Amino acid sequence: MSDTVIAPSQTQRRFPLWRNPILWLFLLLILSCAMWLFQGISGNYDFILMLRAKKLGALICVGAAVAVSTVIFQTVSANRILTPSIMGFDALYVMMQTLLVASLGVAGFAALASAPKFLLETGLMTGLALALFGTLLHRGARDIARMILTGVILGTLFRAGSGLLARLMDPNAYATVQSVSFANFARAQTDVLSIAAVVTALALAAAIWLGPRLDVLALGRERAISLGLPHARIVILALVLVAILVSVSTALVGPVAFFGLIVAGLAHMISNHMTGGARHRVLLPVSALVAITILVVGQTVFERLLGQQATLSVVIEFAGGLFFLWLLLKGKIR
Amino acid sequence: MIEIKNVSYAIGGAKILQDINTVIPKGSVTALIGPNGAGKSSLLNLIGRIEPLQTGTIDVDGQNVTTSHSGRLARTMAFLGQHTAVASRLRVSELVAFGRWPHCHGRPGPEDHEKVADAIAQFSLRGLADRFLDELSGGQAQRAHLAMTFAQDTPWVLLDEPLNNLDMAHSRILMRKLSDLRDAGKSVVIVVHDLNQAAAWADHLVAMKHGRVVVSGAPDEVLTPDWLSALYDTEVQVLRYADRPLVLSHV
Repeated sequence: MSDTVIAPSQTQRRFPLWRNPILWLFLLLILSCAMWLFQGISGNYDFILMLRAKKLGALICVGAAVAVSTVIFQTVSANRILTPSIMGFDALYVMMQTLLVASLGVAGFAALASAPKFLLETGLMTGLALALFGTLLHRGARDIARMILTGVILGTLFRAGSGLLARLMDPNAYATVQSVSFANFARAQTDVLSIAAVVTALALAAAIWLGPRLDVLALGRERAISLGLPHARIVILALVLVAILVSVSTALVGPVAFFGLIVAGLAHMISNHMTGGARHRVLLPVSALVAITILVVGQTVFERLLGQQATLSVVIEFAGGLFFLWLLLKGKIR
Repeated sequence: MIEIKNVSYAIGGAKILQDINTVIPKGSVTALIGPNGAGKSSLLNLIGRIEPLQTGTIDVDGQNVTTSHSGRLARTMAFLGQHTAVASRLRVSELVAFGRWPHCHGRPGPEDHEKVADAIAQFSLRGLADRFLDELSGGQAQRAHLAMTFAQDTPWVLLDEPLNNLDMAHSRILMRKLSDLRDAGKSVVIVVHDLNQAAAWADHLVAMKHGRVVVSGAPDEVLTPDWLSALYDTEVQVLRYADRPLVLSHV
């Protein structure tokens, strides 16, 4: 190694515009959105565009929510194999929704306006997630095997809980619950779209603010505290954001177990490759753009080309499951 | 100065520290010594507010470590512990730049760049600045973390076994840097096992055993055969070399 002199700029890595992955992914996303909106359009333009735009909005919210929540969760838990879904976050959401329907009845549940209902669910979800996962993550979650096991057990518990409740309630109520119990990108719940979009936008803004702090958090608890980061507060804030974002995506399309894992993995690969690092101010937008693009392109292919012969969620879960196994077998657990 | 008053600490049922009362003087190099499990690292962790205090108080230059603003404390003291594994993939220069976080919060100015470049140069990391941390040897990584701690540029520097992984040459260089810091008016607290490093470079020693302070004072007062034999439960001889105590314990 030659003993070269360090230019001050070297300590803060700048990269040329053409190496900015956000720019390229954004262009790609615009293209795929245009394709989604205008492909094979004929007849009643206004109606079709409106319908497609609503669905597109839901896909954008879901993609951004899944990606950003996964990246944040992986940083907080200091490993790259856990996702909020694997830890049972969305199962918790489904159970809570089932509980609400069971306690209020279908009429009561339907009587709630969609926006307050969504906010109520999200609030409850955030409280529960904090109570359950806050203590688990507070000490920096050094024991990954125990974390995974805890997640599997909690996930099973929540799913079994909602299963039990579903068997106890009448078929009408069950039908109400069922729509949120399985992932379905084609029939996104667009009635909560506007409030979900607002919540997602706020959460994303908070996530971007959190970005540099997450970089410090990733140095480990000891170093983060000695640099003056209010560690406990940042962990709690991150968990709140994760809970909110998981609520958004689960409310819109239902639980998606492995999608976040693929997207976070891709985002780390892209930002490492193109910017030579993994700063959250790059990582978070990249992961969101990748996720939305995959959803929009995938949904276009499945809905228009394959004519609903297969469903996107199944393919994504299959690919994600393989990726999860590959991570496990390669020993990438940290 | 660091004032430690009535500090006790327990993990589960095990009493790690029992009623510690001591003062660590400003403007000196202080070494915490003692056998394994004496509570040295726990005490340093409590001073560095890595773990919350259970009983007692600790003040660093008059700032209470429990109640003071953590960001301000980060400009008063820099702490380097033994757990330095970093989850994210970072280059050496990026890691060192994080040392400036308490001053610039992610928006480094010219002064920050200067301090970072200086710390990289001081620990002879220039050739390694663009390498990723996971591509370094244990000693090189330790130097990168030390450089980050120096870049933080605080009046107090707390280091837990900083000589781990360092070879003879780099150990001596580090100890000399610490005494340079002292000469520049800063204060250093280290946990160290090599008593001869402590004898050669420290001004003040705090000897601990079973979670209590056994004796503290200047090296000449603490590094005596009687104290050391009692401290380590083994026979220790002390010679003199270059007007400093020389501890012989290996034969």
